[in-house]
Amino acid sequence: MNGYNFAYLDEQTKRMIRRALLKAVAIPGYQVPFGGREMPMPYGWGTGGMQLTASILGAGDVLKVIDQGADDTTNAVSIRAFFERVAGVETTTATGTANVIQTRHRIPEAPLAPDQILVFQVPIPEPLRFIEPSEQETRLMHALEEYGVMQVKLYEDIARYGHIATTYAYPVKVDGRYVMDPSPIPKFDNPKLHQSDALMLFGAGREKRLYAIPPYTRVESLDFEDHPFEIQRWDESCALCGSRESFLDEVITDDAGGRMFVCSDTDYCLTRRGELA
Amino acid sequence: MYVAVKGGERAIANAHRLLADRRRGARDQAELEVGQIEEQLRLAVDRVMSEASLYDPELAALAIKQASGDIIEAVFLLRAYRTTLPRLAVSEPLDTGAMRIERRISAAYKDIPGGQILGPTYDYTHRLLDFMLLAEGEAPPPERAERALEACPPLLELLDAEGLIERETDNGCEPADITRDPPDYPVDRATRLQMLARGDEGYLLALGYSTQRGYGRNHPFAGEIRLGHVEVEIFVEEWGEAVCVGEIALSECQMINQFGGSRDAAPQFTRGYGLAFGHSERKAMAMALVDRALRAEELGEEVQGPAQQAEFVLAHADSVEASGFVSHLKLPHYVDFQSELELLRRLRREHDRRECDMGPDAQPEDSL
Repeated sequence: MNGYNFAYLDEQTKRMIRRALLKAVAIPGYQVPFGGREMPMPYGWGTGGMQLTASILGAGDVLKVIDQGADDTTNAVSIRAFFERVAGVETTTATGTANVIQTRHRIPEAPLAPDQILVFQVPIPEPLRFIEPSEQETRLMHALEEYGVMQVKLYEDIARYGHIATTYAYPVKVDGRYVMDPSPIPKFDNPKLHQSDALMLFGAGREKRLYAIPPYTRVESLDFEDHPFEIQRWDESCALCGSRESFLDEVITDDAGGRMFVCSDTDYCLTRRGELA
Repeated sequence: MYVAVKGGERAIANAHRLLADRRRGARDQAELEVGQIEEQLRLAVDRVMSEASLYDPELAALAIKQASGDIIEAVFLLRAYRTTLPRLAVSEPLDTGAMRIERRISAAYKDIPGGQILGPTYDYTHRLLDFMLLAEGEAPPPERAERALEACPPLLELLDAEGLIERETDNGCEPADITRDPPDYPVDRATRLQMLARGDEGYLLALGYSTQRGYGRNHPFAGEIRLGHVEVEIFVEEWGEAVCVGEIALSECQMINQFGGSRDAAPQFTRGYGLAFGHSERKAMAMALVDRALRAEELGEEVQGPAQQAEFVLAHADSVEASGFVSHLKLPHYVDFQSELELLRRLRREHDRRECDMGPDAQPEDSL
């Protein structure tokens, strides 16, 4: 595109971000501050993920962008169109053919491969933020591995509701060291973070932090021995492809309480329907 | 049968087309020209330049036009443009003492060297709608003084000479650049001032106001407010000297606040500082109040009010960040909402089961 560098950001900025990414990969789960730039999209709409994608994208890469698991949600469409315009890269909706996948709120159902990179958009990178609002304090807590408050918070949920009441952005411990916010993915997706074949990068533009989970890293969801971590389950199956294994979105079909459940991962659902047909 | 919501791309394109139509408004009205905005909505232009951290009146006016007058959107447009610009040079520190004065007042002294100069101000206007502006009529040209202004020395320097006010000195440190480096709290005053300078005017106004009402009170005097043009100089290595590359309009506010001091140090007035592009007096004053409030810790004062809490004040001052994160609530959250629904239904099922088993008065079983 005329007037802008490949993938929008200038090369110095991309190099700065790649250096921060190397540090993030070297210290799994650690939040690396980076000189985040303004993007031509609003903060909170994926500017962190976009800066990471822009920094790692090469001319030969194939990009997939999903929001809520779907390729056709408006913001996914908008971000995909942005990179088509400023980088001219090939894009796809097929999880298997993409080597860079930018996502908001989901991890694809199909297992990822070693040559794939998943880029997460992160609103609030600090897992301790809602317990301790001060950044000065939380950085110290991470440094001292002072994570007791997080266990206490989960314990209070159990005392009050009988369950841990965190259903998304469920905190994990990475490689036995840093407690990390996996971004607002449903806890359903947390097991996919563990020993993943693919590199996972997380970018928070407004908060100017990035972090990473390298492939084959131990990622544990916080829990208790007598209240082990568990994921969501549905009594229903996908109304379109019949899957019982995928994360289901509830769709209201009329004003008389009618509802149905469909896969949130549109590519997974379409592929299954293609196989069934 | 449910059909997945498709066609996002076309919907977006059509929405933008509709937006452009609304921006143009009724076609029987002449289209607003960027030059008209630049000349006749100057204060809006100045605010957009200040909060976008880019001094370019024409592009700020364009942003206002493109944003249909939504100032926060205009700031965002200009900021997103700014971030793509190469950095060719860093200017020498500006000398606001050498400002070509257009307005300069002090609330601390009745008469000051150089005089009180009102300049173009809304102060003392009676806020009565001027229906004459509905009709077309030319404003008369301003009165011109017969002689040039006398020199207007920075007023606080006079207090400084007597030792009555704390001296501001250059500690020689290279200031951080908030547009390049991520904030690393606690941040120093130079960084704080940068963050306040691009902070939202309404937000700073409210925080400054809160200090006046007792949340971190420290009585201020408007020591000096000056508005005018200042030369920007760049040091050219090849020539071995600084050269002027142009002028920018600035508003500067120096607040005089109550004293610090101890058994060892004689009591002195303290300062709060505000600076903004163009004619942005309210912004400069609010900034000065908040700057002084944020110095509480440094000056050994108890931190009591929100305006004194640096991380709170600074992390939420940027309107581009704030409006982005608030507006992102409009993005789909189906997956997280579905997760909450699933949990809530489960909790309610368990609650109903307990009630059936044990009657409504029973205590919930110990679920630990």
